[in-house]
Parts: sequence; structure tokens; C-alpha cells
Amino acid sequence: MLNRKVLSALGVLLGAAPAVAYDSSYNMPVGVTQIAREVHSLHMIVFWICVAIAVAVFGAMIYSIIAFRKSKGAVADTTMLHSTIVEVIWTTIPVLILVGMAVPAAKTLVRMDDTRNAELSIKITGYQWKWQYEYLGKGISFYSTLGAESNYARQLHSGIDPNTVKDYLLEVDHEVVVPVDTKVRLLLTANDVIHSWWVPDFAVKKDAIPGFINEAWFKSEKIGHYTGQCTELCGRDHGFMPIVVNVVSKEDFARWVADQQAAAKAAAEGAAPTATTATTIAPAASAAAAR
Amino acid sequence: MAHADTHAAHDHDHDHKPSGIGRWLFATNHKDIGTLYLLFALLMFFIGGAMALAIRAELYKPGLQFFDPGFYNSLLTSHALVMIFGAVMPAFVGLANWMIPLQIGAPDMALPRMNNYSFWILPFAFTLLLSSFFTAGGGPAGGWTLYPPLSLQAGDSFPLTIFAIHMMGASSIMGAINVIVTIMNMRAPGMTLLKLPLFCWTWLITAYLLIAVMPVLAGAVTMLLTDHYFGTSFFNPAGGGDPVMFQHIFWFFGHPEVYILILPAFGIVSEIIPTFARKPLFGYDAMVYATASIAFLSFIVWAHHMFTVGMPLAGEMFFMLSTMLIAIPTGVKVFNWTATMWKGSMTFEPPMLFALAFLFLFTIGGFSGLMLAIAPADFQYQDTYFVVAHFHYVLVPGAVFAIMAAVYYWLPKWTGHMYNMRLANWHFWVSTVSVNVLFFPQHFLGLAGMPRRIPDYSTQFTDWNMVSSVGGFVFGFSQILFVILIWQCVRGGAKATDKVWDGLSHGLEWTVPSPAPYHSFDTPPEVH
Amino acid sequence: MAAPRRHRALIGRLLLFTAGSFAFGFALVPLYSVLCKVWETGNRWYGTQTAQASVIEQPDAARVVTIEFIGTVAHAGEWEFAPTANTLKVHPGKLYEATFHAKNLTGHAVVAQAVPSIAPQSIAHYFKKTQCFCFEPQKFATDESRELLIRFIVDRELPADVDRITLSYSFFDLPSQTAANR
Ligand SMILES: [Cu+2]
Repeated sequence: MLNRKVLSALGVLLGAAPAVAYDSSYNMPVGVTQIAREVHSLHMIVFWICVAIAVAVFGAMIYSIIAFRKSKGAVADTTMLHSTIVEVIWTTIPVLILVGMAVPAAKTLVRMDDTRNAELSIKITGYQWKWQYEYLGKGISFYSTLGAESNYARQLHSGIDPNTVKDYLLEVDHEVVVPVDTKVRLLLTANDVIHSWWVPDFAVKKDAIPGFINEAWFKSEKIGHYTGQCTELCGRDHGFMPIVVNVVSKEDFARWVADQQAAAKAAAEGAAPTATTATTIAPAASAAAAR
Repeated sequence: MAHADTHAAHDHDHDHKPSGIGRWLFATNHKDIGTLYLLFALLMFFIGGAMALAIRAELYKPGLQFFDPGFYNSLLTSHALVMIFGAVMPAFVGLANWMIPLQIGAPDMALPRMNNYSFWILPFAFTLLLSSFFTAGGGPAGGWTLYPPLSLQAGDSFPLTIFAIHMMGASSIMGAINVIVTIMNMRAPGMTLLKLPLFCWTWLITAYLLIAVMPVLAGAVTMLLTDHYFGTSFFNPAGGGDPVMFQHIFWFFGHPEVYILILPAFGIVSEIIPTFARKPLFGYDAMVYATASIAFLSFIVWAHHMFTVGMPLAGEMFFMLSTMLIAIPTGVKVFNWTATMWKGSMTFEPPMLFALAFLFLFTIGGFSGLMLAIAPADFQYQDTYFVVAHFHYVLVPGAVFAIMAAVYYWLPKWTGHMYNMRLANWHFWVSTVSVNVLFFPQHFLGLAGMPRRIPDYSTQFTDWNMVSSVGGFVFGFSQILFVILIWQCVRGGAKATDKVWDGLSHGLEWTVPSPAPYHSFDTPPEVH
Repeated sequence: MAAPRRHRALIGRLLLFTAGSFAFGFALVPLYSVLCKVWETGNRWYGTQTAQASVIEQPDAARVVTIEFIGTVAHAGEWEFAPTANTLKVHPGKLYEATFHAKNLTGHAVVAQAVPSIAPQSIAHYFKKTQCFCFEPQKFATDESRELLIRFIVDRELPADVDRITLSYSFFDLPSQTAANR
């Protein structure tokens, strides 16, 4: 019934997609958490369902365009006006497909919502235009702003080629450090306007809203640097408040925490705070000190 | 696009119309007002398009080339407001003005004086909006969604933007009331509701959506205004308000608004495909019911625009499922259009070409919409270029192509001349290829992690941005062909017959002469 | 406008409809709070305020829930604002007290106000406050510091799978009231 040549041509065209679809400059990253992998597979499942429907629907359209053209002598069948059976069929099939998609999506949603049994809590506050990270109960608090090199290069008419800057716009002065294989709970809020904290490799995107706290969590299974950006328009420098999460081994994390606490103690004891050390005074005081 | 002097040549004895500028300032004739709306929309399309090209120029490569980030934010905010409220909506109202009386056999719109007001509000509204660029602090820069607290940080542009939105809202509400009254009260004898052409049907439903949600937008922006100037705390957390509540109210307007921008396009495509497939629309009743269910569902899906604000799980589930439901009536429409072409006898004149492009490319926008409905995946898509690609597919090769299809379909009826088919074909092919070069790579950008509304980006996004910008410039400049074509067609050309198209002529508009007489139906036609 | 008589009734109804929609936009504000209450959820995750007298203590000694306190200074200039203790282990059904420390470092007298927020939001209504400094404008003299008290009880009906509740206060200044107090 369907024109085989058209179908196979279409197949080749669409078949070309997966070859590139897994390249990270074309597609969603698989990510480094269980949730991110689930989200990625949901994305791919829905994508392929769409491709399958597209093959059928576009196939029928293309076939009609080729086969039923007046120039080829096609005569219109003007008696074909409606068909209840057909309408019922093409309403029911999509319903079934949608149910099939909704079930796994709902399951993942439930898992994403479960913030219990977190081993580490980090409070994240969005500012115009930087992030503040406070490790709850650990006395560690610091701001994270766009790295200096990117910041020079991104100025209007800076004359610096962004291609010469490593990780242009995705580098910060203070990275968030978290241990691997640890459930990290994020408490998000904002100081001024709404921001949104997004790290694609964790499949975490949550708004930071002034006056309110939102929860999110991730458990990275792989050591490494993961980057993200603010994703809610928050004013002039919205494009320039990146996120860098450095996932380290549990031992390295313990060492990092000890270093930070020691540095904080030194700073609190009246030593001139060094620019490179994150300050770890009481959260509110540090918020004030930064102004 | 009727023009006073060209019209004179075709004057019929009963066509006594006013002349000079007064004809347009005090226009009460539905055709004159339709023309004004369409020309205004075309102008706005070019202004909004110029902003889009400025944006694409800045994004051509990483680094800031031309604009301060604050000005960039003003550009993207105004681009959206101008395109939505200045180009697409007025174009549909213009088409409604021209075609609804012709299609239902009425002499004019029901409320000609109000029709005049509703048009002439628009130039003032947009002058206000665009003049805000010259105020301290520049134009509105908080995004067209106007989310507080950010939108409240604006300078003097803030009240101008709010009042402009109020005026646009008032204009659309008047237009909508006019459409409803005309369709409900002025149909020719024998034209029952289920004999109404689909363009009228979709517009009737759109008009009800307009009067249901434009006032809600007006309310939301009024609350922003009082929060800013009168110390209320609707959305101010310091005073116990909730900024997220604005998003709920805004999207309660915003989602039906999305359908306001696409339902008339469905109507247009449902008119054009049967003509050139030479076969009546398949499943007319199903089409009407599908349109009505889409309109109904549009009221219960709004929070899918805000999955990341931190809703309770039950809320996320509800909005995910209700959103997925919309795929069903939308699918029914696409299937019915396909079935209309099936066993037809097709020819491919410019209106049909645009309608077919709509069919394919709108469906692609529908697919990405379905993907966006899946809440867990939406956490990855939300506020990235994937969303930008999605709604531009729906709005440009969707709504805008449908408007162009309509112009190509009815232009000979309006002017009495056939247009340059060769030029129209060029316009079609260049637009269709470039619109895909422009928007398709944006899916990749979003999936790879590029957030929307940023003036500069990390270097890994360079290649697709360059491709997209090239497509944008080709698409933008190819629209000049459209203007040339319309200009030529207004000036002259081969005489159009009453029937215009060698296709299945359906609808009363093809029973009147071309150009359509100044007063449409003095004696109502009988419809059987 | 002189609309033909046969249109008037319909126009009247449509205008009424439009006015109704406009009113509905504003009605969404209270409706939003009502719905949040009905569904015992929603975006206003403030917790509930209860009268002290109505509290009957029936502690569930077998169960321990961690309460986590967070203070945020939002847009309020120079302030110290932090919980006195970061966490507190509580038995559901028992009344507890906690304090936040606030100090005005702005260099002038200020009126400020704290806004509460509870996570996870779905259980916010199990967190009952009998006394709270939230939503009350607080006058602070220059350099004044104060301990702000909260009394609360966690409902015994708290779902069994909840092990931790976070209570956050954001501290905002109220410029209009500050000006009025000068
Ligand atoms: Cu931000």
C-alpha cells in the first residue's frame, strides 16, 4: 500500500539520526546519576515513539502528495467524507501510546521527589549574579562567581577570543565540592529575583525563589567536573552565572572539608581574609560581609 | 490589501466608499479594517523580525559582539511581545475581518464602529511599547512572561509596558466580541453552526478563549503595577506574597493564548487543503469537536510551563497527564488533514504549498511538545533552546506559514488580481528551507545544554548557533519577496476570476466577484 | 455605540463574561490560598499557625524527626540573621522552642519581616506553629540585636517516611514601613 521507495528513503534519513543522536553536542547527556540515566532513557523512548509516528504520518502525507496528484491523473474520491471507525481508531491508538509513556515517566517523577536519607545538605542561594553555597552543619559557606578569565573575555568589545579561554563561561572561582556516591540534598532559595539551578549531568533543574525554599537532590556515581548554568532569566548577567560541581572521592571530600574549616577558623581569628579562601563565618554574617 | 486607487478601476455601482486618509482613520468597512490589520501585522512582523535578526547576529559566535546584555534582554522581550501581540494576533484579526462576513454571507461585521476602535488602539499601544526603549533603563528586559520580582526591577519602561499590554488586551477583547456577535447573529439563512466554514469555527472558539483569558492577563499585570507603585504584596515575598502565584495566573492566560495563536491557523489549513485536494474536508464534525476539546484542555494544563518551580508531586502528575491529553485532539486534526489529501486530486499552488509545510512542520513542533510534556524530561528541557525550537516551530512554520497560506489563498479575492506565481514559489521554497536551517539546530543546542535568553554562550555551542543565524538571515530577507509580491498584486496583474482557484470551490467567498465588492452581501445568500 | 438591537443582548452577555474573567484573575489570588489549604499542599509552604491553648501534648517518644533551621537574608542589606542551633531532634506531638538571632548592621533603624518556608512542602501542614515571629514587622534600632522565638509542634500524623523537616526563614526589610517609622 505505501510506496516502499519513499518509506525506505525516509528510513535512511531518519536512520541517520541515531548516529549523531548520542553525540553530546546534539543530544541530552546520559548523565552520571541513576535519575539522569532514567531521564535520558525516557527522553530517548519518547523521541523514538515520535519518530515512529512521524514515519507513519509523514509517510502517509508524502505518499498522498506523490500518488494523488492531479498531474498524474488522480481523480478525487469526493464520497470519502468521514468514518467513525477510523476516528475511533486514531483516537484510541494515541491514548494507548500516551499511557505507555506516562507510566515510566510517573515512576521517575516519584523517585525524583524523594529527598529522604540525604547524607549532605547544601543550601544554594541565587544572587544577581552569582551563587552562594552553604554546607549545612559544616560551617562552610562561599560564593561562586564567573571565573576571571571568562569575565574579561565576555565584556563587550573585549578583544579576547572566547575560543582561547578554557571552559569559556563554564568556569567559576569557587567550585562546589561534593563526595561521590553520596546522596546530596539541595535547598534552594534566592536573594533577589528567581534563578534556576541546572546541572544537566545530574538531571537537576530547580528554581531558586526569594522567600521560599525548594528541594532537589542528586547522587553522582562518577568523579569529575560537571557544569551547568542559571536557567531562569534573572537580569542583565543571567548568562554569566555558571555552576561547577566537582565530584571527588569521599576521602578527598573529607580533606577538603577539613581544609575549609581550618581556613575559616584562621579567617575568623582575625587574620586578614585571603581572597582565594572561601569564608566560613556564620551564614548570615557572610551574606552581610559580601555586600 | 486593497488600495484606494486600484480599487477605483473595479468600482461597482453600489461601491460608494469614502476617499482619502479619512477612509482609513474612520474606517468602519470590514474590508478596510481587515486591510489595516494585515498591513499593521506585516509592519510589526518586520520590526519584530529586525529584533530577531539582531539577536541572531549577536549569537552568531561566542563573545559579545554588538550589545550590552541588558539591551539584549530588552530585544528578546520586545521581540516576543511585538511578534505575539503585534504580528500574529492582528494578522488573524485582519483575516477574520476580511473573511468572516464573506464566508457567512453577512454584509459587514456586526459592530463596525467598535471594529474601528479596536484597530486604532494598536498603533498607540505599540508606540508606547517601543518608545520605552528610549526611557531611562531601556526597554522591558524581564522577558515577555514578565515574571516578578525581575519585571519589577525595570525602570521607566515598566508602566509603559503594562499600559501597552492593557491596550493590546482591550483591542483583542473588542475584536473577539465583534467576531462572536457577527458569527452568532449574522449568518446567512440556512447556515447552521455545523455548516460554518472551519475558519469561522476556529475563530469563534478563539474569540471565546480571548474574552476568557485576556482579562486575566490584564488582572495579572495590574497586580504587578500595584505591587510596584502602591505597595501591595500580591507577588512580593517580603510582604507575604508569592512570586510563583504570578506564574500561575500568567500561564492561566498564557496557555490558552498559545491556542489563540494556533487555532485560526488550523481553520485556514482546513480551508485550503480541501480546495487543492479537490475533496471535501474529511471528518468535519471531528475537526470541530477536536478544536473545542483543545480549547477546553488549554485551561487545565497551564502549570506545565513551570514544572521547575517546585510543585507538589500530585500537581506535577496532573499537569503532565493533562498536557499529554492535548496530543489526542491535535493528532485527530493532523490525521483528518492527511485523510483529506488521501485519494484526492492534488495540485500545488502557493497556498497549498504553505499549508503542506504547515502540516509537516507544525507536526514536528507537536512532537517536541509531547516530549516537553513528560515532566521528568522537562526538567532537562525547561528554559533551554529545545523549548525555543519547539515554540518557534509551532509559531513560525505553524502560525506564520498559515497566515501566509491565507494571504496567498485570498489575495486574488481581495485585489482582483492573480499574483506572480513564480515569485510566490521562490518565497515558499526559500522560506521553508531557511526556517528549518534556522530552528532545527536549536533542538540540538537545547539538548546539549544551552539555556535560552542568554546573549553569549560557551564555545561548544558555536557551530549550531552559526547555522541557525545563517538560516535566520536568509529567512528574514526572503520575506522581502513576500512584500514585493503583495505590492505587485495590489498594483495589477492578471484578472482573477470569481472562483480564483481551479480547485474544489467551497465557501461563499468564491461566489462574489473578485475583487470582493465593497459591501459584501446586501441581500443574504441562501445556504442549503 | 449604536449596536443594532438584536446584538445588544449578546454583547451584554459577552461584556459580562469579560468582566467576570477580569474578576476571576484577581479571584485567583485568594483561590490559590484556598486550594492550597484544601489540597493541604501547594506553593504557599508556610506551615500552619495554631493557638497555643488548643495544643494537647501527646508525644510520640518512639519517633525522632530532625528539624533543620535555616536563615536567609534576602535583599535586606547588612544583617546578621541565623538560627541559634542548626538542628533539633524532636518527638512528634511535643511542643518545642527554637530561636533565631537577628542583628541590625545597616547603621540605621529598620523595619524588617521574616517569611517562613518549609520543606518538603508536601508535609508543611504537619508543622504547627503556636508562636512565630513571621509576618510581623519587626522594628530594629541601629545595631539592635534580638532573639526571635518560635514555638512549634510536629503533628503525630506526620507520614512515617519523613525523617527531616527544614524550616527556613527569609528576612526582608520593609522599606515603606521603615520610611514611615522615621
Ligand atoms: Cu540567575
